[in-house]
Amino acid sequence: MGMQALEKYPSPAAITEAERPLSFLETVRERSGTEISRCYQCQACGVGCPFVTAMDYRPNQVIRLVQFGMRQAALQSKTIWVCVGCHTCSSNCPMDIDIAAIMDTLRLMSVEEGMPIGKPNIIDFHEEVLRSLEKYGRAHKLGIMLGYKKHQGGWLSDLDVGLRMLAKRKLELFPSRVKASQEIAELFRCYWRNAS
Amino acid sequence: MTSKENYRQLDFSYFPGCSLATSAAESNLSLMEAAKLLGFHLIELEDWNCCGSSSAQTMCRNLALGMAARNLSLAPAHRPLVAMCPRCLHYLRSAQRCLKQDPFTRAELESRWGRPINVDGEIIHFMEVLVRHGLDRLRVAARRSLKGLKFVPYYGCTLFRPPRLKQEKYFQEELENILVALGATPVPNALTYRCCGSFLSATDPEIVTPLVNEIIDSADRSGADCLITTCAMCQLNLEIRRTGKSRLPIFHFSEILALALGAEDYEKWFVRHIVDPRPVVHRLALAA
Repeated sequence: MGMQALEKYPSPAAITEAERPLSFLETVRERSGTEISRCYQCQACGVGCPFVTAMDYRPNQVIRLVQFGMRQAALQSKTIWVCVGCHTCSSNCPMDIDIAAIMDTLRLMSVEEGMPIGKPNIIDFHEEVLRSLEKYGRAHKLGIMLGYKKHQGGWLSDLDVGLRMLAKRKLELFPSRVKASQEIAELFRCYWRNAS
Repeated sequence: MTSKENYRQLDFSYFPGCSLATSAAESNLSLMEAAKLLGFHLIELEDWNCCGSSSAQTMCRNLALGMAARNLSLAPAHRPLVAMCPRCLHYLRSAQRCLKQDPFTRAELESRWGRPINVDGEIIHFMEVLVRHGLDRLRVAARRSLKGLKFVPYYGCTLFRPPRLKQEKYFQEELENILVALGATPVPNALTYRCCGSFLSATDPEIVTPLVNEIIDSADRSGADCLITTCAMCQLNLEIRRTGKSRLPIFHFSEILALALGAEDYEKWFVRHIVDPRPVVHRLALAA
């Protein structure tokens, strides 16, 4: 089962160590800055995670996928999108592995590589936030929520919460804007097209 | 002789961030009030933008860095930059560390904006300002005792368990230190650092609701009068996603602080809460 998921390398004799491409594991280790190989599956991360029931793989299982080089399974998992980076796992880990940093890295890699997104509504939300930031330089929460709901097709879901927030003036009708809009627009040049 | 005029006014640059500027305006108002009463002059960064938030962090590192960096370029070098939102603080600090190690990107952004980026200036949370400069000011400026107020200190993730782990400052116990100095009593055995759900509150409320209820119920069971949080997003999530019977109010730390320092315009803040905290405040006033 795992065999076809392992990455294919040229035969070891044909290349020297210096020119060998980084394996998935090595890439994740380098980009996250944490020593993922130290994991011995004690599962402290999975046990402590408040969101584990919404994940398809527990955090320790994601680490195993990376250790086994199962790139697709890791980068398409729901888990990496459900993780909000609360760092409960990282502070529970007896081997001092920053698991949340691994999730950050896998999320970025999945966006960069155009992988199917394990939990599409979450990336939709992030994109909606970025649209607001691009337009105004600041987050306009009402606009973000309306845009997000429009995308998800669930206009009525959460209406009660939205109305309560409006009544308490927690959702501003009009956005506050950054004056130097040109500076903000320039910052976004690196983004949209490389994500889609 | 014990008046607060004895204390020199201290100037700080201030980064409010999107939440405090809008949905948590009550936190911003009370913070400004508290700072003024303590002799801290918080000067809002001119034309600040969003720190990048978890969305930019998730989608594009360059964008996230650029957004935080622009704010750093607006901060004058001669005074520390203060933030109240834990995540804003974290992203601003991360960007600063990153630009310090990457002079090329720094120079590129500086020439684009025609402004220097301050990579050595201090970026601190308002609680650090208090602990460093304010403990004796607090004692002098306190006008209302918080005696009898039993609270759960609710830090949220970022201040309690900072990302990047050992490279950052931990704020554990500082809420208690400050509020105990003002007469309040922390209550143990509640979930003081369980995550509030962050952006999942917007995308997947069904995941967040049980977690939020669990946090509030644990505070209820521990006999607390309220939860006090330092994070505006935690405060919002705990308020909008709770579905239990408990009516325990969720205060911003700045509200309780300003209240203790004698601020008078607290009605303006408390009407913005979804669960009305005024019964707790009135009980406190009667007990005094």
